[in-house]
Amino acid sequence: MDLAPTEAQQMLRHSIERFVAEHYDSAARRRAMQAPEGFKRDNWRRFAELGWLGLPFAEQVGGFGGGPPEVAILMEELGRGLATEPYLSTVLLGGALIAECGSEEQQGTLLPAIMNGERLLSFAHYETDARAGLSAVRTMVRSEDQGWTLHGRKIAVLDATSADVHLVSARLPDQQGRDLALFLVPKDAAGVRLREAPRLGGGRVAELIFEQVRLPANARLGTSADVLPAIEAVVDRAIAALGAEAAGMMRAMFDATLAYTKVRNQFGRPLAANQVIRHRLADMYIQCEEAQAMAARAALLIGNEANATERSLVASGAKVKIGRAARYVAEQAVQLHGAMGVTDELDLGFYFKRLLVFEALFGSVDFHLQRHAALFGNSCPE
Amino acid sequence: MSLSLTPDELRFRDEVRAFIAAHLSPESRRASFLNVSFFSDPDIVAPWQKALHERGWVAPGWPHEHGGPGWSAAQRWIFESECARAGAPQLSPMGIKMVGPVLMRFGTTEQKKFYLPRILSGEDRWCQGYSEPGSGSDLASLKTRAVRRGERYVVNGTKIWTTHAHFANRMFALVRTSDEPRQQDGISFLLIDMKSPGITIRPIMMISGDHDVNQVFFDDVEVPLANLVGEEGRGWTYGKYLLEFERGGGVNSPKLKYALEKVRLLANSDLSCHAISRPEIATKLSEIELDLQTLEFAELKVLSALQRGDNPGPVSSILKLRASEVHQAITRVGVEIVGQNALVEETRRPLHALDDEPLIPEDVLSAVPRHLNGRANTIFGGSSEIQRDIIARQVLGL
Ligand SMILES: Cc1cc2nc3c(=O)[nH]c(=O)nc-3n(C[C@H](O)[C@H](O)[C@H](O)COP(=O)(O)OP(=O)(O)OC[C@H]3O[C@@H](n4cnc5c(N)ncnc54)[C@H](O)[C@@H]3O)c2cc1C
Repeated sequence: MDLAPTEAQQMLRHSIERFVAEHYDSAARRRAMQAPEGFKRDNWRRFAELGWLGLPFAEQVGGFGGGPPEVAILMEELGRGLATEPYLSTVLLGGALIAECGSEEQQGTLLPAIMNGERLLSFAHYETDARAGLSAVRTMVRSEDQGWTLHGRKIAVLDATSADVHLVSARLPDQQGRDLALFLVPKDAAGVRLREAPRLGGGRVAELIFEQVRLPANARLGTSADVLPAIEAVVDRAIAALGAEAAGMMRAMFDATLAYTKVRNQFGRPLAANQVIRHRLADMYIQCEEAQAMAARAALLIGNEANATERSLVASGAKVKIGRAARYVAEQAVQLHGAMGVTDELDLGFYFKRLLVFEALFGSVDFHLQRHAALFGNSCPE
Repeated sequence: MSLSLTPDELRFRDEVRAFIAAHLSPESRRASFLNVSFFSDPDIVAPWQKALHERGWVAPGWPHEHGGPGWSAAQRWIFESECARAGAPQLSPMGIKMVGPVLMRFGTTEQKKFYLPRILSGEDRWCQGYSEPGSGSDLASLKTRAVRRGERYVVNGTKIWTTHAHFANRMFALVRTSDEPRQQDGISFLLIDMKSPGITIRPIMMISGDHDVNQVFFDDVEVPLANLVGEEGRGWTYGKYLLEFERGGGVNSPKLKYALEKVRLLANSDLSCHAISRPEIATKLSEIELDLQTLEFAELKVLSALQRGDNPGPVSSILKLRASEVHQAITRVGVEIVGQNALVEETRRPLHALDDEPLIPEDVLSAVPRHLNGRANTIFGGSSEIQRDIIARQVLGL
């Protein structure tokens, strides 16, 4: 056992830290938010040059061969910088699903294009409340004229605005149960309608409507008619990665609050001289440490877990612990900044909002607590 | 001890209900339903205030002699409850609940005659100039200075977090008129015309995207001596009198009940995929309901003591603290109820007047900005940390 980062991992962290320090100051962040796509394409090109877009992909497909621990390092540092690039959508969801389910040919054409930054993806899956779980899909696809016709509506699609290709889940007819498949839908296919809006704290979010969209035969990702297990695995890994990102955001909020309470004077002394503030800061620090520990643990285990139950326990557990910690740290950071904390003048508000997004993505903390409880209760040793 | 209303009080309640039914338009109701800030914008409030004014009901807590209805504590409670229940817009408290009572108590006859009717009619809109960049919780350290020059004060300095300064034509301000060994003794209470030369206003945007607060700068602003309230150097006492009104003098549970009602509605609707069917949402709503019942009962105890002419005692100091926490619990569960719809950020205002079809319905959109703005509840009007300090010192004698 050795929980110290390897040299390569340290180098990775330093290079991301440096990049974030150079490219994500407050002004740049605000400019990125005003951008129609919600991020800067220049940054994305640099992500590609630095090899980050290939980080989790296997070496044989041209990737960097990194695992969840490397992804966690990247996400944590990007979280600190509050990056809005569509890394989650394109690499951790879209790319991962292609690597998991795509045919050799699809992997061969799409993964390189993702890794060199040419192609952006969105994962269009949810249709209703996330609490309904990942299986609640009603979008239909019919086989027709050696191709497919897709019909349905997707909500809460992250980064659809900038995506070249939407990865859309849909049901095949007449297969009772094992009937979920994924389709590659070009953004400009006839019948695709995008309604989009700013996403809380940065980035974009959309609704996608597919009206009898005609797709070629090879639009189907792989041949499996039961992609739900793959989606669950990819989403579990994404949750772990988002946990690391949240831990980075929390750390940034904590650092800002610690610094502020040392310099803000009321009643002739710094706020941090008051015991109640010192204890609050200590509690925030504990929550940050726990969140980071849970994120690191999840990163180490999520790739190795032999069975789906173990993997889901890790992901849901991370979501619960980190989600609760995030709420505490975010709310207290705002509170300790006083009125400054609720204004748009600091970056604190962006972090606050991004942590709300973390809570809302892929099921709430309560959802994951219940999921954990169900799996945990049933996995009692004989 | 009894919670039931007397026949007279029931008659009064019916009278209030009939008035609301006749004068609160569906548009005002919708606008206030979708309001995400603490107070409604003046254009939403105006028609409602006008109707109330014609009936003499603008200021429930004011006595007859100043143009109020002279209601008992119970009647005030009934009125506030009925208005909140019906979703009536909230009138700005700055004139009615803050500077008004101070003027009644400490103002000159001329000041009362001039200002009080203009508060009732809505002709004057007030803002509160207390906080400064360096003086928030430690308000007594304030630095904005008023120097006497002949018949005037000349004011220099800056106020911050001034709610609705951009709508207001008047400000009541705490300013430093002298340097005394005890900081509080050099503070005076001034009424300032916001149109005076030398005043500039800088908007401050909230994290929700709302524009509610401002920074106000004073550059050699002349204020007639007649605008001093009470005695020079006694402003701290008047200001504290007002803060007590801000904290305990009002009742919060009626509007919190309405806020809880709104999230329950959402939880019971298709818009949230019936979030109420999730046990964690249902039990959270129940927990809040129980906190709210407790708060309401505590508020009623205060009212009942006031009604009998007794001093409500220490319980009033916990009301602001608990109300702010209940408020935040409501907005938080609101965000949980809307689930993934919380991902959408809508910063255009007002929500009831969006000119296109938003990505998700306005009722759902309002949850997040309400939650973001709600974070301020435990900060303004004496933060929760400061409230606990007050309880420890003044109630527990520590
Ligand atoms: C939405 C909004 C509207 C407002 N409207 C107005 C208005 O109209 N007019 C007006 O004058 N003001 C207004 N305020 C200002 C408000 O009254 C102040 O924000 C409040 O007094 C706190 O001051 P501060 O923001 O400077 O925080 P600070 O005093 O700097 O406090 C920062 C944090 O430290 C804590 N703290 C401070 N001192 C201590 C201590 N001794 N012990 C323990 N903890 C401590 C506080 O509780 C807080 O959490 C408004 C504020 C907000 C957010």
